[in-house]
Amino acid sequence: MWTSAARILLSLLAVVWIHFPGPSAAAGPPPLGEREVLPNGLVWLFSEQRSVPLVAVNLLLKAGALRDPRGREGLAHLTALLLTQGTKKRTATQMAEEIDFLGAKLSAGAEEDYAMVSLTVLKKDVGQGLELMADAVLNPTFPPQELRRKVQQLLASFDSDEDEPMVIARRAFDQRLYGQHPYAFPPKGTPQGLKAIQRQQVVEFHRHLYRPNNAILSVVGDISREEARELILKYFGGWSPGRIPELTLPPLPPLSRPETQVIDKKITQANILWGHLGITRQNPDFYAFQVMNYILGGGGFASRLMDTIRETRGLAYSVGSTFEPGLEPGPFYISLETKTENAGEAVALILKEVERLRAEPVSDTELADAKSYLIGSFPRRLDATGKRAALMAYVEFYGLGLDYPGRYAEIIQGVTAADVLRVAQQYLHPERYLLVVAGDRNRLPRLPGLVAAQEEKEKDDAEN
Amino acid sequence: MPKLLRPARSFGCGLLWLLLVFAGAAAGRPAFSVAAAAQPSALGDPFAGVVEQTLDNGMRVLLLREPRAPLVTHQVWYRVGSRFETVGRTGLSHLTEHLMFKGTEKYGPKVFSRLVQKAGGNDNAFTSRDYTAYFQTGPASELRRWMEMEADRMRGLKVTEEAFATEQKVVLEERRLRTEDDPVSFLVEEVYAAAYKAHPYQWPIIGWYEDIRSLTLADFQAYYQTYYQPNNATLVVVGDIDLEATLKDVREVYGALPRGPEPPRPTAREPRQFGERRVRVEREAQLPYVVMVHHVPNWQHPDCFALELLARALSQGKSSRLYQKLIYTDRLALEAGADYDLDTADPSLFMLYGQPLPGKTAAQIEAALVGEIKRLQTEEVGERELAKVKNQATAAYYQAMDSLFFRGMLLGRLETVARWTLAREFVPKLQAVTGADLKRVAGHYLVPANRTVGVLVPLKTDKPRREGFRPGHEIQ
Repeated sequence: MWTSAARILLSLLAVVWIHFPGPSAAAGPPPLGEREVLPNGLVWLFSEQRSVPLVAVNLLLKAGALRDPRGREGLAHLTALLLTQGTKKRTATQMAEEIDFLGAKLSAGAEEDYAMVSLTVLKKDVGQGLELMADAVLNPTFPPQELRRKVQQLLASFDSDEDEPMVIARRAFDQRLYGQHPYAFPPKGTPQGLKAIQRQQVVEFHRHLYRPNNAILSVVGDISREEARELILKYFGGWSPGRIPELTLPPLPPLSRPETQVIDKKITQANILWGHLGITRQNPDFYAFQVMNYILGGGGFASRLMDTIRETRGLAYSVGSTFEPGLEPGPFYISLETKTENAGEAVALILKEVERLRAEPVSDTELADAKSYLIGSFPRRLDATGKRAALMAYVEFYGLGLDYPGRYAEIIQGVTAADVLRVAQQYLHPERYLLVVAGDRNRLPRLPGLVAAQEEKEKDDAEN
Repeated sequence: MPKLLRPARSFGCGLLWLLLVFAGAAAGRPAFSVAAAAQPSALGDPFAGVVEQTLDNGMRVLLLREPRAPLVTHQVWYRVGSRFETVGRTGLSHLTEHLMFKGTEKYGPKVFSRLVQKAGGNDNAFTSRDYTAYFQTGPASELRRWMEMEADRMRGLKVTEEAFATEQKVVLEERRLRTEDDPVSFLVEEVYAAAYKAHPYQWPIIGWYEDIRSLTLADFQAYYQTYYQPNNATLVVVGDIDLEATLKDVREVYGALPRGPEPPRPTAREPRQFGERRVRVEREAQLPYVVMVHHVPNWQHPDCFALELLARALSQGKSSRLYQKLIYTDRLALEAGADYDLDTADPSLFMLYGQPLPGKTAAQIEAALVGEIKRLQTEEVGERELAKVKNQATAAYYQAMDSLFFRGMLLGRLETVARWTLAREFVPKLQAVTGADLKRVAGHYLVPANRTVGVLVPLKTDKPRREGFRPGHEIQ
């Protein structure tokens, strides 16, 4: 049973969320699980799932790349990676050997908004697994030689990234879109940032941000709540809270007109990325945006972009639109790879579809299909222990509430064609976008959007 | 979307298995009892409840009730893949997979995936060397409709010249994306081509570029008519189903299809290799890459279990030998690993690979990989390490079973390349593997005379030049 404190807290949260058009608690699907706050401030979430003898544990820390200081890009991710590379009790090799002996998986890394430490372990070994996880999170020693080793590996990975054109295109895209903001860089950082990081900065990053009152723990699997609670108290109950420093972020640079950037690579396809800023996760238009995005390019074969660019014209194997809402406005982008010579046609089709979405309401069928997909596919987001643990932590982090499954269906159901038209007009910008193309510059077609790049190339050629 | 699937890592195994109760379901069991097919216990055999049937038309049926959520995965597996193709016509299996989404009389073009997605489901298909599979996963209430759609396109596909030409373009883009513009994929393709000279595993699943370009609608039609027959297919359903009702639906829907002519089976066998083969790929790339493959047996030979454990000892987890030596201690490699699939139709390859860190060379990686092979050949793997790899296999097995889709996939793949009951024999046999077995098997197969080595040699290492930001112009 939940403590009365937790019950009170849950009811308070219900009051906070009352502005959402939600069904009564009894009507919708069951909540994702249960929630409790430990005296040290750690929020922990629980859901019993008995279908496989596994337990999945996720520890989310509000210590993502958003916390990277300018010039130290990669600090959050590096700190997370080093958790398992030496603790007060174990060397990196001892920890690897103990995890592997259990057949467990223990991984850590940082995304833009948060860092995540994940454990999957057989139920019979859950105590040992949690002890290893807690040791990594609470007692890392950040040995200098391990830091150098990880930095060296990360630096080398930037070299091999150069062979993945879409990765390179995305990097250029983010840099232009976000300027000095941390979203400008991949969570793994930049070569310059990684080289500049001092061990003491890693230690400080961990000391300030790896605190129970800055973390969310979710436990899902073949275990009772009582057993789980006992283990959580044993391994995380003594974790001491701290004062969490304020997060301050630079403003986002403006994008006032179409801009094109070409990255020259001797490959056969043009890797195209078109887009601009999107929205935050907390934006109330998230749901209408999601419906709109499904119809435009998020819905696979049911989407307009896939239909036009792949099914009708055979221009690409895959095309889609994506938005990545975070604490800050994440990007909205359309991406595809097509034979170099077809790049211009593909870009023209992207613009046409974006403009159409802003000009006329989506059809009733499109709207109904999108909504029924989004609602009907929700249970698949919970069909494995690891997926459920990750979703619970996500829902808590963005303040969505454990009754999210029920409210989600309700909100999506309420989205209208007029809402979709409004968000398309408000958030899609065919008049001020960023276009990045990685491909063979000499063979890219001469088209209006690429004229500047072509002229630049010819200038280069003349100079060489 | 239709895509190629590199055959996933083969299934795991485990110590726990020995503790389990085997609840019947021997191969060839003609009928089933619903009681025996109840939900598997939490610590149980995930396949205890499998119900198997063969329809009168020859179609194999495997059903498994797993009611943890109101979801189901519905999969149709055809015994056809690139292994069934011929020189000059490679890529036909995969192109056929794409064309299966072009519609029938009853469900027009673009209707199929839309109907699945509308209900919140997802659908896709994948092609391997040995099989082609189609699936839908989503609300259990959609199962009957999905059966009707799959049964309909098994025999009733309608592909126009125009649809064929469009899809051919899509697949050429897919090939550019996957191989032409990816130096490591290109290298792996060259290594397979060198390692096999007689067997069709020599060509890539997606096919050679010029082959894809020259395939015709008539090629496709003949291929489709030959292999898309109920007697060449296995149906797998896993999820929240009522077994009796589902079996009734299966008989009504799939049972109504007539048996087709028996499709031909490939007969090629790869002869023994005498001496190391080497290939070199010189392309624009940032870092070199080394791939090393050896001919080894598949599930049909008892040595497969030792090979499975060798691959795990070499590369599963950060305590594995390749990680500890090449990546951690010697700081030689950015990436290193080993791979082996025992569930293939014909004998497969045991692969080791590595990518050097900047400043290190392909030759150093190759020497280090060979050094680890020699260690396996000369020193017996200790008891603790042997126990560790068996534990890892156990856990990996249950982790995979966490997904309905993967449970179905394992049944379908095994039934298509071997027999599904292999899933249940696998673990005890793996448990019987000893340190001495590992040493013997490493000494027997992982030898230079049986090896093909591929090296990616970067033609230049300077980074691509990126232009400064500048405003462009609107396009129309």
